[in-house]
Amino acid sequence: MPTKNEYDAIVIGGGHNGLINGAYLARAGLRTLILERRHLVGGAAITEELYPGFQFTTFSYALSLLRTEIIHELELPKHGFMPLQMPSTFAPTDDGDYLFLGKDKNENLHEIARHSPHDADAYLAYGHMMSQVVHAIKPLMDSIPPDITSKDPEERARMAAIGSYLADLPPKVLHDMVRLLTGSSADILEHYFETDIMQGWLASSGIIGSKVGPRSQGSGLVLLYHSFGEYDGSYGTWAFHKGGNGGFTQVLARAAEAYGAEIRLESPVEAVITKNGKATGVALEDGTEFSANVVVSALDPRRTFMQLVDPRELPADLVEDIRRYKFQGVSSKVNFALDANPSFPGLEGADHLRGFLNVGPSLDYLEQAFDDAKYGRFSSRPYIDGCIQSSIDPDMAPPGKAVMSCFVQYTPYELREGDWDTARDALGDTVQARLNEIFPGFNDLVLHREVVTPLDIERTVGLSEGNIFAGEFLAPQMFFFRPAPGWNQYRTPIEGYYQCGSGTHPGGCVMGSPGRFASWQILGDLEKAKA
Amino acid sequence: MIQTTPFHPRTSEANQTGLWSHWAGYLSAEKYRMSDKFEYWAIRNSAGVIDTSPLYKYRIRGRDAERYLSGLLTRDIRKCRPGQAQYTVWCDDDGWVLEDGVILRLADDEFLLTTARANMAYFTGMAEGLSVEIEDASPQIGALAVQGPYARQILSQIAPEMADLAYFGVTPAKFGDASVTISRTGYTGDLGYEIWVDADDAVGVWDRLFDVAEPYGVIPAGQIALLVTRVEAGLILIDVDFKQARYAWNDDQRATPIELGMGWMIRDLAEDDRPFIGRKAIEKEIAGKTSRWRTVGVIADWQDWNRVYMDRGLVPEKDHSPNQGQFMLYDRDDCQIGWTPSFLYSPIMQRHIGIARVEPEHGRVGTKIQLEITIDHRYDMVAAEVTRLPFYNPPHKTA
Ligand SMILES: Cc1cc2nc3c(=O)[nH]c(=O)nc-3n(C[C@H](O)[C@H](O)[C@H](O)COP(=O)(O)OP(=O)(O)OC[C@H]3O[C@@H](n4cnc5c(N)ncnc54)[C@H](O)[C@@H]3O)c2cc1C
Repeated sequence: MPTKNEYDAIVIGGGHNGLINGAYLARAGLRTLILERRHLVGGAAITEELYPGFQFTTFSYALSLLRTEIIHELELPKHGFMPLQMPSTFAPTDDGDYLFLGKDKNENLHEIARHSPHDADAYLAYGHMMSQVVHAIKPLMDSIPPDITSKDPEERARMAAIGSYLADLPPKVLHDMVRLLTGSSADILEHYFETDIMQGWLASSGIIGSKVGPRSQGSGLVLLYHSFGEYDGSYGTWAFHKGGNGGFTQVLARAAEAYGAEIRLESPVEAVITKNGKATGVALEDGTEFSANVVVSALDPRRTFMQLVDPRELPADLVEDIRRYKFQGVSSKVNFALDANPSFPGLEGADHLRGFLNVGPSLDYLEQAFDDAKYGRFSSRPYIDGCIQSSIDPDMAPPGKAVMSCFVQYTPYELREGDWDTARDALGDTVQARLNEIFPGFNDLVLHREVVTPLDIERTVGLSEGNIFAGEFLAPQMFFFRPAPGWNQYRTPIEGYYQCGSGTHPGGCVMGSPGRFASWQILGDLEKAKA
Repeated sequence: MIQTTPFHPRTSEANQTGLWSHWAGYLSAEKYRMSDKFEYWAIRNSAGVIDTSPLYKYRIRGRDAERYLSGLLTRDIRKCRPGQAQYTVWCDDDGWVLEDGVILRLADDEFLLTTARANMAYFTGMAEGLSVEIEDASPQIGALAVQGPYARQILSQIAPEMADLAYFGVTPAKFGDASVTISRTGYTGDLGYEIWVDADDAVGVWDRLFDVAEPYGVIPAGQIALLVTRVEAGLILIDVDFKQARYAWNDDQRATPIELGMGWMIRDLAEDDRPFIGRKAIEKEIAGKTSRWRTVGVIADWQDWNRVYMDRGLVPEKDHSPNQGQFMLYDRDDCQIGWTPSFLYSPIMQRHIGIARVEPEHGRVGTKIQLEITIDHRYDMVAAEVTRLPFYNPPHKTA
């Protein structure tokens, strides 16, 4: 009989990846314990009532890249999964005009043509190109990459299989893929579009969470990554979960518990206990110990390798790779409780407020926002991805009131002057002033404001340097190399110790693949050990 | 001339798409906004308002009203007390279903029966010799369905009388100045109510409703959204899932209540002393086990669904628009065993689902079957499974 503190598997961290990993392990019959440091699960995907009656998505706010397999395999609809549709995008231009796109293709073409007939047609071509590249690269995203350091014939064969898969793609698709993976989003978008607003709006997806500007090589990869959303059969679209992303992680928690996983809150793990190079359990900060032969870190690579275990137990190469692995968070949130929906001059009703608000009217605007960050300042005219979630989910705010989430860039983790504890309000003021330009009278609507800086993200969620993806989306940190060559298959040099956070393949966003793939690896290893 | 409903002054303002369908001779918005899925989610997450006025509404009253209806309707109307409603069907002498509908019992001797098709001649023909008065009240009554988890919270602010209404309950209420009837009924499988109002008061009721409802994100919802929810709710639709026996050409087009999944309506025949139209045939069907079909749910295997599309180099289609074609169903030996006339991708189940008719021996829950679909002008078989109806049945529907 196992005693109270003995488990088959322990997952450290109850973010969405930890929950998903724990759910799969429990589903396979393992006695699974998920340990979460905070008083609630969800990590960067939580919803909190920070002002009476107003539900804030403190950090992440949109259900972006969630893999559909997870919805089915973990039977999430049984537990309240509700991916509401965000029916529009509203992107104000710099001269008081706007681009307002909805869900009807032809209506959208007219709206784009209002700015440029050329760009309307180009939008279709661009969309088709992106979908084809996403479709082509999907099998690579949706599987565990081979280990390029391995001499194992099976791994070698998998490498070769990728080569021939790519060689079989239509050459144009392959070429577009390379453009996206290596180039800048500006180069790609300038090829397709002539208007600032189309370029700016679309380039925004190429900077999210990343210390790159639209003209930086490498922003194409970020752009492509964010197109992997798959909402009800169409690529590149995102949803809003009922109750915010916290609503979603509550669904995950219910699913995990339904499979028998145990979730323990307010249980910060101090260290992984190892014996003879094998993981045997974990110790909490208060000294409580739990034992298991499988221990999974759902934290970022720095914490997984440098904090939870003694780096001296690890190969020097790996330690060096993790030391140079880039975090450098640049994103913040400024969330508002509003007395009413803000109003945009010339537009009535709420339809334009029922989706994403994109404040990034041109490539120059975004690039200049990035310029500030290069020199250690937050952007004086920041990029904002806003959404008024109460306009599609009445549970988010009292009737007639509004809750607004604003994702803001760039806000470098390391400020050249001062620190985030003193700069926090100035950032809030800057964002609010920008919104007041777009929605005159906005200032008078603000009932409450919550500013979340990279430092807050690091302190509250544990994401190092506030990087929202547990490590930048840079080519040397992706696929074979995430988080380090040789350690991209969810194992670690310590037997029985695994990793499943966003710092592993494919990466960050509320996607769930790291948690899912890690469970395959763990269950496969257990199977092999049995045989 | 196409007719408009009493809410038309408001629905025509609200309809931004210009897309209307014809429902029983009335203009009915297909969708009000460019995204019918957004209207769908309003129903599932807040509330949607659907103008269901095109339904036929027959007012049936008089000393013999109950007696008349208990002979006409297959389900025992005597069990429906004043202040209650019933979902019911009526059959011909051979036990084939003529139609289905909801009946509200407004008083001991007064009923309102809603039907999808015209029935006046048939109903009056059956009333001979009885003290019952049948009136086609269709044009005089507007009907507005308020469907979704927020429906009660919103309506009870206007008409507190309805706050405690039980599932399938009926109550008179004041809606502002207007006298209305509110029933806890609907076609969405969600918490929902229908407001029955004099045509003259209809616009006022709409305005009062939206004054209160708008801050909750409530929006008008069109036909498409309604038809998605009804499939999830496992509710059959005339001329899609069944055909009126009166206008069928052969028995293949006809169906019995048991074949349509209404066996529960006549479960207590032993204790039910009513003579009603079709009774003898139904008794014979039960005794001889001659039912040819069972109405069940089918749910496509998601992995197999993805496979057939990916094999063709395509993105797996996940379209929530109701497909009212006929998808054939086969057993594992490729023998045809039934079909699904109501098939779609359910946004809340995140699966392809269909209301289906299968041969009884294949109707057990969990039976593995195959579904034939067409992709790029070629047939493909997708693995599927028989399930129970309804697909979506949230606790708040009846709580
Ligand atoms: C501000 C912000 C906005 C974002 N916006 C979006 C968005 O809109 N859409 C999107 O898809 N993605 C978004 N992201 C990215 C996405 O939210 C993250 O990539 C993802 O949630 C990370 O999930 P995870 O499970 O890998 O890790 P985390 O969510 O970081 O979970 C780690 C968990 O471990 C816990 N923990 C830490 N240390 C310990 C310890 N010692 N012991 C026990 N538990 C511990 C933490 O409390 C946390 O719960 C955003 C992120 C941020 C920060």
